[in-house]
Amino acid sequence: MKTKDAESNVSRPSQEEGGADIGGMEKTVDLILKDHDYDRSSLISILLAIQERFNYLPKEALKMVAQKLKIRLIDTYSVATFYQVFSLTPRGKHIINVCDGTACHVRGSPRIIDKLKEKLNVETGCTTADMKFTLETVRCLGCCAMGPVIVVDGNYHGKLSLSKLENVLSNYN
Amino acid sequence: MNRLQSASDLEKLRKQILSKRDPKKPCIVICSGTGCIASGCEKVSVAFQEELEKQKLMDKVDIRTGGCPGFCERGPIVVVQPEGIFYQLVEAKDVAEIITETVLKKKVIDRLLFTDPQTGKKIVLEKEVPFYKKQKRILMDSNSLIDPAKIEDYLAIGGYSALAKALFEMKPEEVIDSIKRSGLRGRGGAGFPTGTKWEICHKAKGDLKYVICNADEGDPGAFANRGLLEGNPHSILEGMLIGAYAIGSSEGFVYVRHEYPLAVKNVKIAIDQMRELGLLGKGILGSKFNFDIKVVQGAGAFICGEETALMASIEGKKGEPRQRPPFPADRGVWGKPTNINNVETWANVPLIVNNGAEWFANIGTAKSKGTKIFSLVGKINNTGLVEVPLGMPLKEMIYDIGGGIPKGKKLKSVQCGGPSGGCIPADSISVPIDYEALKELGAMMGSGGMIVMDEDTCMVDTAKYFSKFLLDESCGKCMTCREGLERLLEITTDITEGKGKMEDLQTLAELGSLVKEASMCGLGQTAPNPVLTTLRYFRPEYEAHIKGSCPAKVCKALISYHIDPERCTACGLCMKNCPADAITGKKGMVHIIDQGKCIKCDTCYDVCPEKFDAVRKISGEPAPRAVPQGTPIKKREAKQ
Repeated sequence: MKTKDAESNVSRPSQEEGGADIGGMEKTVDLILKDHDYDRSSLISILLAIQERFNYLPKEALKMVAQKLKIRLIDTYSVATFYQVFSLTPRGKHIINVCDGTACHVRGSPRIIDKLKEKLNVETGCTTADMKFTLETVRCLGCCAMGPVIVVDGNYHGKLSLSKLENVLSNYN
Repeated sequence: MNRLQSASDLEKLRKQILSKRDPKKPCIVICSGTGCIASGCEKVSVAFQEELEKQKLMDKVDIRTGGCPGFCERGPIVVVQPEGIFYQLVEAKDVAEIITETVLKKKVIDRLLFTDPQTGKKIVLEKEVPFYKKQKRILMDSNSLIDPAKIEDYLAIGGYSALAKALFEMKPEEVIDSIKRSGLRGRGGAGFPTGTKWEICHKAKGDLKYVICNADEGDPGAFANRGLLEGNPHSILEGMLIGAYAIGSSEGFVYVRHEYPLAVKNVKIAIDQMRELGLLGKGILGSKFNFDIKVVQGAGAFICGEETALMASIEGKKGEPRQRPPFPADRGVWGKPTNINNVETWANVPLIVNNGAEWFANIGTAKSKGTKIFSLVGKINNTGLVEVPLGMPLKEMIYDIGGGIPKGKKLKSVQCGGPSGGCIPADSISVPIDYEALKELGAMMGSGGMIVMDEDTCMVDTAKYFSKFLLDESCGKCMTCREGLERLLEITTDITEGKGKMEDLQTLAELGSLVKEASMCGLGQTAPNPVLTTLRYFRPEYEAHIKGSCPAKVCKALISYHIDPERCTACGLCMKNCPADAITGKKGMVHIIDQGKCIKCDTCYDVCPEKFDAVRKISGEPAPRAVPQGTPIKKREAKQ
């Protein structure tokens, strides 16, 4: 099972966009739902679109989706917690994805992960206190020849070494 | 472009496209797959664009951002056509020279050529590169002939002619028969005969049937499907159309994993173009065949590669597998008959329809026909995508195509078939690669990941890594998988930490076979394979761990680091880079590791320059006593 500590997260008051501007959020959610023809079977795509817009899945947005698609909140929640890409807590400005697929693993991704944990002072799946970086691991990005690979905000950085890592990070402020 | 109303419309359009093309016109092909993107091909593409504009050559030279040709190790890769001159590791600064020298003056730039590591010779032409020479690229070859975002390019190489042939010259049953005779088997792992699968779904009762392309290539270390999806999405979609026609389906899904953004993008572009041309929708090519395709994205769940979990995910639910039977061919998505095939299986279909079942059946072995794309990764010189006829000895793939193991190290094992595949030992690599032979060795074809491991890879650690992966990805439905994997992981972890007992090995074997037998879906049934095969072939390595040493010097709890006072030059690199401040030393003095502070991160071993080679890894014995602080370094002879 996905070991995501979702229980405690979802009960947190939603921050920033969520708390301040429920109306704005509703408009966005409506637009996304409309894009998907209010189709229940598109739930995963809908949640992906919401996460892309808000950077995470705010509790209020999940409630809206459940209500508007006429599905139970618990079913929405179960999908949101089953799949690894979804985050129920706000994520940082920059999202670092470290590939820990087999090829990257044998080429030293564990050391990259350790170094990032130490440097950013966070565990994987967590966000730095200043909300600047979220550190995540991913199963395999399919660019095994370039391992170890990390992706920061969608930009690929391959053949990483510990010293190259410093340079990469300095590009993201 | 207008909607095509008939097969002759399609041919007319093809002729029109070809008439505008001059095969002699220079064309710069830049690989734009994810592998090359990771090594910076986008900058190279922009540089070519700018340079051609600057030199006012826009109408004299074409640029094509093509799909992945497979040789990711050497990316960014640029091929200058029509000569086929192969440049590797190209950077933006090389671009102007490539245009003025190679494109205009037809001169080859020596430094950008690939050097054959075995002969030391420079190689000019793409087809002469040893990596490609022994391959049989019936699927991958098209990747560099087309821009995946341009349907015209696919049409120019004969695209959708197989569809027209199937629709207007063959009955659905004839298509199925042809696929059956070709001997094509599922490329997603299990190797079920594709034609038989189609026949069952064709005969299933129901007015609405679905076809699915399983593009949830979740196996870490496998990216063959990614290469096809990004590089030639139309070939897959054409295969789906033909399959749908044969089965009698009107709706299809491509289920792509979220981790492949470029694949999602290219497939969506392809679908839009098909719709515009009338290759999707109602009355395709003026026939009575209606079909449409929807792209569904995964969201990071490995289990969704399993067909019943994938179908649950398409329905918008969490991806939990369910019991089979009923098989998808009887009851699939929303309870309707559904045929699901892997990306590579679909991509083979147009080739079989066009070239005939016999042509396909001539490639491969008695039971495993055609080619298979493997991703050759790990500790191998030429990493990348490799397409070979089935039946090729594994050894040839590793040494002749892969160029052997880097740094002269020894091959230890090839892990094959994804996380739940198996580890094939080095002494079995003369085995031919086919479905049966791999299964016999305890591995499987899987999605074609071949992860090469050298003597520096610890097999117990590998078993632990895969068990951890599969435990995380187990959906938790079956107790044997959920709890059994947890225990397997616990025991292997204990062993890597030096806390193992000899009787643990017996427990691993018993527990492993129990999980295999009592789990419901493919994940649980194969999940103990990494443990079981490493135990079968590398038992002495397990035993060594239990006795306190890690022969590959990987497992942190069983190793220590030591600086050889005879070799230390006091360069200070290790001290500067040590994250735990465990190294002390001064100019001219031998550096010393404080064993109490050392976190065994491997940094000192890594940064110590090869020519000094002073940091030693030790396992199975205590680190030698450090020399006293302030011991001067040994004066080395000038020549060294």
